[in-house]
Amino acid sequence: MVTVDSTRGYRVFRVVNAVVLAVVVAVTLYPFVNIVARSLSDEFAIRAGKVNLVPVGFTFRTYEYVASDPTFWTNYRNTVVYTVVATAIAMFMTTCYAYVLSKRHLKGRTFLIGIAVFTMFFSGGLIPNYILISSLGFRNSIWAIVLPNAISVFNLLVMKAFFEGLPAELEEAAAIDGMSTYGILLRIVLPLSKAVLATMVLFYAVSFWNSWFAAFLYMSQSDLFPVTVYLRNLVAGATTGTSVGADATDMTVATNIKAVTMVLTVIPILVVYPFVQRYFVKGVMLGAVKG
Amino acid sequence: MSTTEAIGVSPGTGEQGRVRPGPSRARPPRRTWRQALRRDWQLYSLAVLPLLFFLVFRYLPMIGNVIAFRKFEPGGSVLGEEWVGLRYVKMFLNDPSFWQVFSNTVIIGLLTLLFCFPTPIVLALLINELRGRRVRRFVQSVSYLPHFLSMVVVAGLVMEMLSVDGPVNQLLRAMGNDPVAFLQEAEWFRTIYVSSEMWQTVGWGTIIYLAALTTIDDQLYEAARIDGASRWRQVWHVTLPGIRPAAVTLLILNIGTFMAVGFEKVLLLYNPLTYPTADVISTYLYRMGIVSNSFSYAAAIGLFEAVIGLALVLSANLISRRTVGTSLW
Repeated sequence: MVTVDSTRGYRVFRVVNAVVLAVVVAVTLYPFVNIVARSLSDEFAIRAGKVNLVPVGFTFRTYEYVASDPTFWTNYRNTVVYTVVATAIAMFMTTCYAYVLSKRHLKGRTFLIGIAVFTMFFSGGLIPNYILISSLGFRNSIWAIVLPNAISVFNLLVMKAFFEGLPAELEEAAAIDGMSTYGILLRIVLPLSKAVLATMVLFYAVSFWNSWFAAFLYMSQSDLFPVTVYLRNLVAGATTGTSVGADATDMTVATNIKAVTMVLTVIPILVVYPFVQRYFVKGVMLGAVKG
Repeated sequence: MSTTEAIGVSPGTGEQGRVRPGPSRARPPRRTWRQALRRDWQLYSLAVLPLLFFLVFRYLPMIGNVIAFRKFEPGGSVLGEEWVGLRYVKMFLNDPSFWQVFSNTVIIGLLTLLFCFPTPIVLALLINELRGRRVRRFVQSVSYLPHFLSMVVVAGLVMEMLSVDGPVNQLLRAMGNDPVAFLQEAEWFRTIYVSSEMWQTVGWGTIIYLAALTTIDDQLYEAARIDGASRWRQVWHVTLPGIRPAAVTLLILNIGTFMAVGFEKVLLLYNPLTYPTADVISTYLYRMGIVSNSFSYAAAIGLFEAVIGLALVLSANLISRRTVGTSLW
């Protein structure tokens, strides 16, 4: 019997499909390769439009140049601090609320869920937020970055779904033994939830690592910037640099430096990515399937 | 936060399978608030800080929108000085710049929807046809990668790719054309915006569809094969209906965020030369409010945008519930 899989049309399709997907992979990776090549190239080669996939005039000088800028390291350290503190706060808040929401018997549960979900579809907007953060006195402080996004409703719902899926018997047994709710959460529920906790830490850490706008909006001292704002100022400076009156040598240095700064900003994510990617996917699936 | 919000929430399949703690069976004894508090006070106490968070950082700003109808002075009262009614609303409705950015927003939003909503479906179907597990995993891993980049890095990459010495202009020169300063020319902005959006989101967008594809019953394919359906017809009659709930859910969510077109990306990529096509409502109100200190005027525009967003998501949800029976809640 001739199966559908072996028909000529299907074989042709599989070849075409392989080619299309190879192109997708190439297009996705190309900008990364190009930027790494630029970061390792001589500035004159870049300016002459010679750098494409491989470095031309191979040099580490740009890396040395960026590494010798104390502001860069201050900003890099700020990013690490902001990410760690913000993730810790976010995990605490999200875990507490998700656990409460996962208790079906709780009176007022629907209302508590509604409070969170409504904010997914309606928000106060930029201006009232700006006025709020400013009048709380959070400008030029870490709180402007770590507090206003302490709970992502998406992450909250993922975690709630996970907690709902845990067997209730263990918790009931612990409660009968006289354990408090706090004890049950800390000693029974959390140890069973390591997978989802890891996923949530990753989700939050990546989003805080990448964020720039809050810092851009609320920070006016350059020693408080995260590295993303440092990079943003380089990038923006290069496009509008002519109006500021930067001379030609500054412009070419900026091209190199931009590439290096981009590479250094992305490297932590690229390094951990292959190992943690499946957790991200699991997290999304959990959120998608269980809602 | 522009990262994950567009992907969440259940496709209808999960929603239907959920057991409801309905009143019919196993009715929990009705409790008064006093009894509930006495029994569950520890649970409620865990909710105090998160509720405070939502109140302060989510609901206070909503209330703060009253300054759209009140005269606000920097340094004065947070809620404004005096009622001025619809003055600021009338002001932006009569402002030609507003209608310019409004139509830019609608155009960019529509183009994004048109290109970035269907492509993940196509890519997911193609990846699904790959046989080797490792090849498949590799393609997936690579395609998810851009999703994890900071918007600043994405904007930086776009600028480098399109710079005068960048690869696109190298290609143009090799073909004997003059280099183009893409980011300085208004007619290129939409193309740049939409294609970089596709580059960044298409892979991540496949996750939900690939998950939905694995839930399709193999017996349906078998039945179709026995009926003599070709591979193509199997896709049409089995695969596509199988991922429809997920697609509809994502469509509703996309429509809901339609007016909030990537504020951060536009802010990073545009410049006064490209304002005629690039300036959108959110960037306009950012410049009006925070750069020029017209807080009330900008808040009025922001409120208008938020209300349209909410109306869009509610009506998309309603239409989808009436027509295809899938809804977010």
